[in-house]
Amino acid sequence: MTKPHLIVIGNGMAGCRAIEEILARDADRYRITIFGAEPHVNYNRIMLSPLLAGDKSFDDIVINDLAWYADNAIDLVAGDPVVAIDRKIQTVTARSGRVESYEKLILATGSDPFIIPVPGHDLQGVVTFRDMDDVGAMLRAADAGGDAVVIGGGLLGLEAAHGLSLRGMKVTVLHIMPTLMERQLDEAAGWLLKEALEARGQTILTGADTAEIYGQGKVEGVRLKSGHEIPASLVVMAVGIRPNVKLARGADLAIGRGIHVDDHLVTSDANILAVGECVEHNGLVYGLVAPLWDMCRSLADGLVATPSGYTGSVTSTKLKVSGIDVFSAGDFSGGEGCEDIVMRDAARGIYKRVVVKDDRVIGAVLYGDTQDGNWYFDLLKKRQDVAEIRDALIFGQAFASGGAASANPNAAVAALADDAEICGCNGVSKGKVVGAIAGGACTLDAVRACTKASASCGSCTPLVEGLLAVTLGDAFDGERTAPTLCKCSSFTHEDVRRLIPEKGLKAIPQVMQALHWTTPDGCSSCRPALNYYLLCASPGEFVDDNQSRFVNERMHANIQKDGTYSVVPRMWGGVTNPKELRAIADVAEKYQARMVKVTGGQRLDIFGIKKEDLPAVWADLNAAGMVSGHAYAKALRTVKTCVGSEWCRFGTQDSTGLGIKTEQMTWGSFMPHKFKIAVSGCPRNCAEATIKDFGVICVDSGYELSIGGNGGIKLRGTDFLCKVATEQEALDHCAAFIQLYREEARYLDRTAPWVERVGLDYIKARIVEDVEGRVALTARFHFSQRFMQDDPWAKRAAGEDYKLHQHLAEIRPLATPSLVAA
Amino acid sequence: MSAVGEWLDIGRVDQLPALGARTLPVRGGREIAIFRTANGEIYALANQCPHKQGPLSQGIVHDTTVTCPLHNWRISLVTGEALGEDKGCVPVIPVKIDGGRILIGRAAALEGVA
Ligand code: SRM
Ligand SMILES: Cc1cc2nc3c(=O)[nH]c(=O)nc-3n(C[C@H](O)[C@H](O)[C@H](O)COP(=O)(O)OP(=O)(O)OC[C@H]3O[C@@H](n4cnc5c(N)ncnc54)[C@H](O)[C@@H]3O)c2cc1C
Ligand code: SF4
Ligand code: FES
Repeated sequence: MTKPHLIVIGNGMAGCRAIEEILARDADRYRITIFGAEPHVNYNRIMLSPLLAGDKSFDDIVINDLAWYADNAIDLVAGDPVVAIDRKIQTVTARSGRVESYEKLILATGSDPFIIPVPGHDLQGVVTFRDMDDVGAMLRAADAGGDAVVIGGGLLGLEAAHGLSLRGMKVTVLHIMPTLMERQLDEAAGWLLKEALEARGQTILTGADTAEIYGQGKVEGVRLKSGHEIPASLVVMAVGIRPNVKLARGADLAIGRGIHVDDHLVTSDANILAVGECVEHNGLVYGLVAPLWDMCRSLADGLVATPSGYTGSVTSTKLKVSGIDVFSAGDFSGGEGCEDIVMRDAARGIYKRVVVKDDRVIGAVLYGDTQDGNWYFDLLKKRQDVAEIRDALIFGQAFASGGAASANPNAAVAALADDAEICGCNGVSKGKVVGAIAGGACTLDAVRACTKASASCGSCTPLVEGLLAVTLGDAFDGERTAPTLCKCSSFTHEDVRRLIPEKGLKAIPQVMQALHWTTPDGCSSCRPALNYYLLCASPGEFVDDNQSRFVNERMHANIQKDGTYSVVPRMWGGVTNPKELRAIADVAEKYQARMVKVTGGQRLDIFGIKKEDLPAVWADLNAAGMVSGHAYAKALRTVKTCVGSEWCRFGTQDSTGLGIKTEQMTWGSFMPHKFKIAVSGCPRNCAEATIKDFGVICVDSGYELSIGGNGGIKLRGTDFLCKVATEQEALDHCAAFIQLYREEARYLDRTAPWVERVGLDYIKARIVEDVEGRVALTARFHFSQRFMQDDPWAKRAAGEDYKLHQHLAEIRPLATPSLVAA
Repeated sequence: MSAVGEWLDIGRVDQLPALGARTLPVRGGREIAIFRTANGEIYALANQCPHKQGPLSQGIVHDTTVTCPLHNWRISLVTGEALGEDKGCVPVIPVKIDGGRILIGRAAALEGVA
């Protein structure tokens, strides 16, 4: 009696695995034929990456060699793809014309790489990364030398880039999203990955949108939409895959994104099954191997044993780039009821984030140390209740299950041996910290001062605090003397400011990693602060992060209660002229401003401007020579003046002129908070200089300088700083004082509370007594101003960040078409 | 008349800055704010803070929260609820992404259109 004929289309990972599962259950049920488009035996596709990188040979990655086919009497038809299925007469036809009839048919055709249809995508030298042919093409290109561009910064793209750069090519990765592997990694991990790859010599361009691949007959380079060109002799497209459903569609099987299958992997035709990346089950398609194993088991159970039923798979990802450990699983998008547990160890380059919801792990991202990836993945799949081990979860399996975890996290610390290392940076043991506490160090700062524990990277701060609590009991109030920057960090403002230059930190995610932020991307308190600290620390180098700025600074205008904006152009020293007034009047009419008001800062405020109109308003004001008044910014606001010696019968000096010079020197400078200056021509003080951050009172013999005044919520008169003889000295002292404030105050401290905290004597010592120090401060201020003094309005009026001012689109429900792109 | 689809295509994901937002006015209805998180997820809310109608599109986005620009209420992008001590809720418009394009639920987007 002849056995029923089982045909498999696709000699890949799922097709052969399905056969293995069937053979294991019943080796004699079917006569088996496998058609494969590739001229090879069944190999491990995921090992193409190490093959490309030179870590493996083809023989190493073969799963089933020819002997396996022979031993199991499997007819392998390699290099001859099936081109049609006839379901009525149950036959398949191959390209060679060969026709075979089947009783059961399994489709395992995998996926096709997606090719973005940019001009030049069909040039010679453009390849995908899917099979042996692709690897062969890449190896030939690498042998010929030259540069490569990889389009796509996902798993595949990065593995291709890694392999090519090991093969000696200079590689540029183009990724359209802002961070790498954004579907598997969060911003923090994506950023670390980018840094690590760049350190290995790859160029990574994020937010890079390919416009064209250019070349005469073969690839010569890639042009981005930004106009940037990257020369290359090889372009690898790794932008995604699509289930290969061509045959199924031709045979009229039910398909969605993939071939529809039921829980037993049966398609809409009872004699045809499908498995692997080509299928869609319960609305899901997969692009990893783990689900294939599950599917193949259920397929074999259903076909030859007791049906078990496939219920879908949860997947996890690892990047196969040697020396870079990345793991991700589940959902880490956060949201309601989700709690993030974050641990960062900058010294060892580690970032771990576990997302917990309703006492269950629902997602994990690990960078640098992926040892516990499988454990988290297991907790996730089993939906295990983690309430008991919650506090120790982030430290990994060894710690959490070592009995150290309990409802009280301090018990874990108490349980540590005396010689256990608490602070890795400074090699401080538990015994030493406890000794210091017993010796009278009752606060975190005191412990830091006498043992150096937690004084470097700060990652052990919770441990030290735990020891304080355990050792002092109720006597430890948990308070720190200086407040931390925000709840995302255990560092104070001062710590962060000191550590940024010390560790050479240059970007917000880098600070968060180096200083162990406990949240993935900070909050609305720390992001603006970090943005400012970095800007202050690296003038000219740091690229301002617009999304870390409060709306007013982002829009360069003041938001009003109705969502419109007010616009205040600079009016140097409170002096204006007919041309400026005319321009303001014209703008007010043209853009239907609802009010023009003289402000308390001696200039004009135009109210009720729509965000879409702002660039046009600014262009008009620029045309009349006016620039932004920064009425919205933590920056120099106004320099108020009085008329002074030029007109006033009491005036002693040219207070108006000095005010204008001061404003021209200081405008554009970002600071911890807003900063106001005034210059009065005599002690009658009509410019109210004694309630300003920096005030000048002119007298016959010179200029009296005073600082730290505030007219706002808490009225504070200035403190007298010193008296100087010349305008230039007044300007130099002003610059030095501003720079000291810029470098040392906490973000959102006005000068008044800052001066009160550090003391007037300190300010005098730095500005008046230490002449060399003052000169250096003044010089640093002027250096920074070289990069600050360009009008932000002019750039916006010229089109920069135009998207911020435009609607994404507009919906017009009653008109056709119903959607109008902006 | 052709049948009206359930989803409205409003543009490409990369037209939004990460951790940023853009606006989508609706003729005769209320303006919608479209947000993008650090992970590239997209959310849509009515562009009106439950406190005093502040334009949420102009707030600072962090994680899946937006902080209102007017008085710093924190609003969940996922549920539209005010977080912490504050009480209030803003309508959420369903969003899905298909091939890099943003689709929003038509019915919710057009709610209140005369
Ligand atoms: C327009 C103006 C009122 C006016 O019509 O005169 C004004 C308007 C606002 N002030 Fe003021 N202040 C204005 C002069 C002042 C002054 C007087 C001065 O500068 O001589 C003071 C007291 C002096 C001082 O700052 O020490 C002043 C003390 C404040 C304060 C309290 C600051 C403090 O340290 O306590 C705030 C709140 C804040 O900044 O957090 C504030 C905040 C504001 C804000 C920005 C409120 C806000 O966040 O939306 C208002 C914005 C209005 C807008 O959209 O333009 N405004 N504000 C004045 C603009 C001056 C300019 O030309 O830029
Ligand atoms: C470079 C690389 C690295 C990867 N790394 C990982 C990883 O680290 N972890 C992970 O989980 N996954 C990884 N994957 C994904 C994994 O390889 C796939 O999920 C898996 O191979 C899918 O198996 P499949 O059998 O469905 O498809 P395939 O393995 O692609 O098999 C389909 C086969 O069908 C053949 N075929 C198609 N049409 C026809 C036809 N008409 N006639 C005959 N034959 C046909 C194809 O030629 C192909 O050989 C990686 C993939 C690549 C390309
Ligand atoms: S005093 Fe109060 S109400 Fe008046 S402008 Fe200043 S902040 Fe607004
Ligand atoms: S209007 Fe949003 S917080 Fe007040």
